[in-house]
Amino acid sequence: MLLNGKYHGSSFAELLQVDYPHLQPQFSVPGEAIIEAPHGTTVLAFKYGSGVLVAGDRLATEGHRVASRDVEKVFETDQHSLMAISGAAGPCIEMARLLGVELEHYEKIEGEALELDGKANRLSNLIRQNLPAAMQGLVVVPLYAGFDLRRGVGRLWKFDITGGRYEETEFEATGSGGLFARDSLKHNWSPTMSREEAVKAAVTALTDAADDDRATGGIDLQRGIYSIIKLATASGMETVAEAEIETVYRALIAERSGGNS
Amino acid sequence: MSMPFYVSPEQIMADKAEFARKGIARGRSIVAIEYDGGILKIAENATGLNKVGEIYDRISFAGVGKFSEFDQLRKIGVRFADTKGYAYSREDVRGRGLANAYSQVMGDAFTQNPKPLEVEIIIAEVGDSRLAGHEESSIYKVMYDGFISDHHGWCVIGGSVEEVESVLKNDYEEGMPLGGAVKLGREALGRGSNGSSELDAEKLEVCVLDQALPNRKFRRLSTDEVTGMLAS
Repeated sequence: MLLNGKYHGSSFAELLQVDYPHLQPQFSVPGEAIIEAPHGTTVLAFKYGSGVLVAGDRLATEGHRVASRDVEKVFETDQHSLMAISGAAGPCIEMARLLGVELEHYEKIEGEALELDGKANRLSNLIRQNLPAAMQGLVVVPLYAGFDLRRGVGRLWKFDITGGRYEETEFEATGSGGLFARDSLKHNWSPTMSREEAVKAAVTALTDAADDDRATGGIDLQRGIYSIIKLATASGMETVAEAEIETVYRALIAERSGGNS
Repeated sequence: MSMPFYVSPEQIMADKAEFARKGIARGRSIVAIEYDGGILKIAENATGLNKVGEIYDRISFAGVGKFSEFDQLRKIGVRFADTKGYAYSREDVRGRGLANAYSQVMGDAFTQNPKPLEVEIIIAEVGDSRLAGHEESSIYKVMYDGFISDHHGWCVIGGSVEEVESVLKNDYEEGMPLGGAVKLGREALGRGSNGSSELDAEKLEVCVLDQALPNRKFRRLSTDEVTGMLAS
């Protein structure tokens, strides 16, 4: 414990930089090497009637091979916000963990939580610090979404590798299957969707992405692996149960095969 | 030429201790009480500045004495806990380790700095029946000179410890409900020689480590909640 630590602010990431540099996540290496690491693929986020939904598939790939079938890409960074990761799995997961500690640390030191804008801004900063590693192939391009308690609405942001932060008003999907998920949402999304409609739109979009993108994992009934779907609303956070996702998915297959499944 | 004074180490320590005790005695008391669903901390505090705070999932902090000093201690506790939890795992952040670290830091400050810290603190850790090896609650008190002690059931820091303790010695029962613990805490605080006898909810700062909460067990009770508990 340091009574006379050099850092006196409220940011955990800065505390690590100043007083505990050896604990800082540092992924870049000297020189111009390109680092190959497992990649997470499709995640999406959209607004609906009572908040915001964030979902992701479960596959991580290493080149053409499966690295993991049941990786989690949607993280609760606090009680009201979610981060969905696509890109190099290791740095992505570490960044989600660091952001979680960062938000909690600020809240405890200051006695008050950050505004949702402030949280998104902190994430920008972490992504910007990862730029050297991103240049070597370890790209972190997450989606960040949450329920803005002050404004009473769900909000979402996408980011680029320089930490550029872009607020989306409707929906967004990133990762290798992101294009197909976005295409699917374009047809099924509306701002006033109910919770059930939102879950169906998410399952549909992930299924469409898995259909057209080989690196996106669809729902795997055989192994019992389901997409992660989380909802942030005024009343807090909800993780959609696997049984519900299975029901929605089976109905979707039945619909698409003309009722013959 | 004047002779330099010789002051014995015993005298230096005794003077520092007296100085620290005087500073602490000016402050109001804080009581920690174990109840059937967690640990309560209750303080007489009519200001907007908090004396009780969250450190980590199952650990809370309370300090009496000089605000700037114990708030600084609270912040370094949060930094210590968050860094440890980030470097290892959340379950590795324990109350005893934190209390020991405080003891070290406060003891060093007492011997090395010309002015000792004018504070006393309580570190409480609530047990979690779902975590093997973490079932028991513990309460530690660390004094201005780093002296550390552990307590069961209840613990008092601040100005008039004896008077407040006498109430708890007589009336504390194991497994009290939260409402009963809040009432007992208020009564005990009111008995302190520099406490006020008419303590209503506005003048109390009440926080709990609630075993029923999912991850972060710390919660600050609202004035309305406390009013309801005192009235029932």
